[in-house]
Amino acid sequence: MTDATQGAPFPASRPTRSILSEDARTRKRNAAERRFKMYGMAALGVGIVFLVLLLTTIVRNGIPAFTQTFIVLEVPLPEATLDPNGERLEADLKKVSTFGYNPLIEQALIEATADIPTEIEDGDLDKILSASAGAILRNTVIADPSVIGTLQEFELLASSRVDGYLKGRVERADLARDNNLDAAHLDLIDVMVERGDVERRFNWQFVLGSDASESRPEQAGIGVSMIGSFFMMLVVLGLSLPIGVAASIYLEEFAPQNRLTDIIEVNISNLAAVPSIVFGILGLAAFIQFAHLPQSAPLVGGLTLTLMTLPTIVISTRAALKSVPPSIRDAALGVGASKMQSVFHHVLPLAMPGILTGTIIGLAQALGETAPLLLIGMVGFIASNYPDGVAEGFLSPNSAMPAQIYEWAKRADPAYYERAWGGIIVLLLFLLTMNLIAVLLRRRFERRW
Amino acid sequence: MDDFFQAERALSTMQDTKISARNVDVRYGDTHAIKDVSVEIADKTVTAFIGPSGCGKSTFLRCINRMNDTISIAKVTGHIDIDGEDIYDSRVDPVQLRAKVGMVFQKPNPFPKSIYDNVAYGPKIHGLAKNKAELDDIVEKALRRGAIWDEVKDRLQAPGTGLSGGQQQRLCIARAVATEPEVLLMDEPCSALDPIATAQVEELIDELRQNYSVVIVTHSMQQAARVSQKTAFFHLGHMVEFDETDKIFTNPQDSRTESYISGRIG
Repeated sequence: MTDATQGAPFPASRPTRSILSEDARTRKRNAAERRFKMYGMAALGVGIVFLVLLLTTIVRNGIPAFTQTFIVLEVPLPEATLDPNGERLEADLKKVSTFGYNPLIEQALIEATADIPTEIEDGDLDKILSASAGAILRNTVIADPSVIGTLQEFELLASSRVDGYLKGRVERADLARDNNLDAAHLDLIDVMVERGDVERRFNWQFVLGSDASESRPEQAGIGVSMIGSFFMMLVVLGLSLPIGVAASIYLEEFAPQNRLTDIIEVNISNLAAVPSIVFGILGLAAFIQFAHLPQSAPLVGGLTLTLMTLPTIVISTRAALKSVPPSIRDAALGVGASKMQSVFHHVLPLAMPGILTGTIIGLAQALGETAPLLLIGMVGFIASNYPDGVAEGFLSPNSAMPAQIYEWAKRADPAYYERAWGGIIVLLLFLLTMNLIAVLLRRRFERRW
Repeated sequence: MDDFFQAERALSTMQDTKISARNVDVRYGDTHAIKDVSVEIADKTVTAFIGPSGCGKSTFLRCINRMNDTISIAKVTGHIDIDGEDIYDSRVDPVQLRAKVGMVFQKPNPFPKSIYDNVAYGPKIHGLAKNKAELDDIVEKALRRGAIWDEVKDRLQAPGTGLSGGQQQRLCIARAVATEPEVLLMDEPCSALDPIATAQVEELIDELRQNYSVVIVTHSMQQAARVSQKTAFFHLGHMVEFDETDKIFTNPQDSRTESYISGRIG
């Protein structure tokens, strides 16, 4: 203990060093530090630039999908064509197919644009309208037969080309090789816009509606796949949270430390790094081929994504449990709490913020996952399939948001490209909401010290 | 507060044996932490364990309420009897044992809950109170015994973690006595406290002697001398000497004890 005072004696005289000027060593050290700070800031800067670039691209490309062009048109609904028997029986009304309505629309268009000089041949005018127009008329008539014989004003979707023209996506030059629309149509539209027959409104159809066929992108919406994603997330949350948390608590607090638990631990960590498509093929084999669950159902999608999400939740839950100071466990055991009481009364509440964060991250990952869904058929073309009940929602074929976006991005029509970006915005809004919920929950639980 | 506080030394009558350890060995994997320790700890007495760091005194303390059970590699052999019952008997539930043998830890570790809930937790899980009024009574009595009632009575719903270090430790003592234990184990209860808080806790320990058998592990020989009636000196896993505190500090029988208390080893 007294060794320190018996060391070598100090030299009699030492040069004094000034601390007012940097010596070479300090200069080098400071330069290294400055350089490191610069690298850090540069990395951060690059990241921010890319983030801004990404967000502006997404918003610029996706925002147009949220508005859609409608053409206001007065269409006569003559009894002679629609209900020759005059009895207004539903069966009779249904005999007239959407093709039966198309001549009415064409006629209405000819009359509406009679005063506009145009070289478009009669019969070609309805190219400015969506192919869905006939169906809209037909549905109106079947829903309310009393409109037969009157002149009704309809707001009909413009065709995707016209919509694209008004949004600046379609140029006149593009139409040279396009047999869907001629430049003359655009001239006509210009006049109709001036007259106020054309309006662009918020597109609820896009947010709430279902997918549409390849030739009518103006009608396609992400709503149904949103419901599919929602039901999948319910399954994922309902299964992966309790299973994941229970498994983590057991592994972290109760399981004996032996080779078996070591192997399990290593495998859980590895599972988190397994490509998601592997989980997809596992889901296909286990749930569809072996368990014979219906294809394309959110239940199967949810089960598959649960497999994928579990490791994430287990890892983050265990980290959260580990971060609870052991003194709290000691304190609980010290007053005679059982192991389980100490975990559920003290450790788990303290680990809750971490568990919630992990769960939301896992869910967000699952929400944006596409690859496994491709394998279990959740990329179905769902043009109209609102689930009726809750059970229906889990078992009826559906799509999911990322799968729908992928589908749209694959399609040839540039209007679908716009919709894919719009879908990305919806997806990101969902993720943002989930993160917000995570932050709020975390803050709420942390307030309880 | 009495700055020259000194616990009563002389034991008026020899107290009954509360804890009796025979040939206790503890191994952490390959490390032999406690080697053949036998000791008789009396009721209503403060017994101090002293010794240099790593000598095994805390390990031995944790054997008395089986806290070592939570460390999977720890292996305890030998017998420890409390009131003649072997606590390592296979029929003993450690949870029941710990209700009887309370513990206060080195670092104050209140639950991140209110002061009231900290104290009420033990009685609640052991079903000591039939209703809210009884629980209130128990909490007040425990906080009074912990010599902290006057400081916290107006803010029982305030977080226990918001108290000062000394208050937190007294809260932990109150929490430990709330379950009506018979033995109180204290693992360096004052090592994280300033001298004033230390003095308060030491006074409290002397008061607790009326009702409990207190075993305290301490690094401070002065503290051992101040609060205890009996002192055990541990060195390298052996219990070198166990006698009345006066004798240990004035007339130690073993040369290692003498070296330690005079500051030559440790």
